[in-house]
Amino acid sequence: MKTYERLLDKLIVADPKDTVATARVEIDAGVVLSSDDRDDIIVTERIPFGHKMALEQIARGEPVTKYGQRIGVAMSDIAPGDLVHTHNLSGERGTNN
Amino acid sequence: MKQTFLGYIRDNGTAGVRNHVLVLPTTVCASHVAKLIAEEVQGTTALPHEHGCAQKGADCEQTKRILVGIARNPNVAAVLVVGLGCETISAPEVVEEVASSQKPMEMLIIQEAGGTRKTVRSGVEIARKMVDYASGLKREEVDVGSLMVGTQCGGSDACSGISGNPASGHASDLVVQAGGTVILAETTEMIGAEHLLAERAVDESVARRIVELVHRVEDRARTLGVDMRGANPAPGNIAGGITTLEEKSLGAIVKAGATTVNEVIEHGYSPNRKGLVIMDSPGQDTASITGELASGAQIITFTTGRGSPVGSPIAPVIKIATNSQMFSRMTDDMDINAGTIIDGDETPQEVGQRIFDEILEVASGKLTKSEILGHKEFSIDRISPFF
Repeated sequence: MKTYERLLDKLIVADPKDTVATARVEIDAGVVLSSDDRDDIIVTERIPFGHKMALEQIARGEPVTKYGQRIGVAMSDIAPGDLVHTHNLSGERGTNN
Repeated sequence: MKQTFLGYIRDNGTAGVRNHVLVLPTTVCASHVAKLIAEEVQGTTALPHEHGCAQKGADCEQTKRILVGIARNPNVAAVLVVGLGCETISAPEVVEEVASSQKPMEMLIIQEAGGTRKTVRSGVEIARKMVDYASGLKREEVDVGSLMVGTQCGGSDACSGISGNPASGHASDLVVQAGGTVILAETTEMIGAEHLLAERAVDESVARRIVELVHRVEDRARTLGVDMRGANPAPGNIAGGITTLEEKSLGAIVKAGATTVNEVIEHGYSPNRKGLVIMDSPGQDTASITGELASGAQIITFTTGRGSPVGSPIAPVIKIATNSQMFSRMTDDMDINAGTIIDGDETPQEVGQRIFDEILEVASGKLTKSEILGHKEFSIDRISPFF
């Protein structure tokens, strides 16, 4: 049986333009997150407290947006409901090249 | 809303929120003697450090500026400067530069006083008289316009940019609106967010300086062959959900609020303008706090997600927890819980108002958790190695 939750109860969307949101609480894989302004999102993997989940499809090489700003680029294709962290998101600043 | 606090009005017109008698060594070689003096006299604070000799150029100038700035800080009522006698940063030079702050000041040189025991004996006599003077000073009503608040974030997590820093930012805006000064430091944590700060600059030259400051840090790292991403975001930041330096910076700059950036200053210089000021400093918290105190800040607001316990020898540090879990776990170290924003129970404005009220309480004498626990972490930023 699917567990439905309100997206904004579980996540904070810092800016309307954002493609990722921050978990208010730990979210289990399989939970379906519903909201008024977007399609239901099925959480694909456990999202730890404070970590980011993708709200949209983000193709490899595309920018990832939080606070309405670019926080880096996707290193692989990211699907809605995926955890977004160091394994699939890379910063572009502070590098030595 | 209260717009005043009870502070110590100094002879040069500044206002202290604390009333320290400082025993300040000018060099590492005088640090032990300074500690021995302070151990014997209640009400004194020694400031042992590892610097002051065999430093050259900009590095030497910066250390001296920091020592002078700390001694001039309004939280310091009187200063006993202790030198060795042969160091690069000489005690008489420090005394000369602190003099215009018009506070009681004395100097001892270990080589001239006849060594450790004789210097300690003389120092204890001087320090006793200074405490006698300082402890007799009374707090008076002071306008918030006299307040300079240094902002910090350390041990950040992904909540920092959503709860603690926006709340701290609202408190910063209230301080600026009341005529006070707020410092945003930690240049490393402006990388990737400098365009937003530059947009808020009072004029084009300040905007240009903001971008230059950030590029300078990036260039310095590149020159050293360093990929900053190993240290920033730090491992604890990453464990807390922060992925990139840009993300950390975008979350960090909001702690200083949303007002106009009026000035950009180098590390440890005093600002010429009130309102929001950006000061160059490393991201390392204790060295950054030291720079803010040398600039004249009397209070530090410090947001933390992972949980930082650090304090300061001469200023109250108000700890703002970004999440309720850490606030509960480290409640002895935390002054304010901004985690209520993540929990959905309070807005950043509501928590910001609580932080502002706490700033005025602490400015009037209420001790912070880090003061109660005796935290006195102190470090000075370095530009180049010893020679």
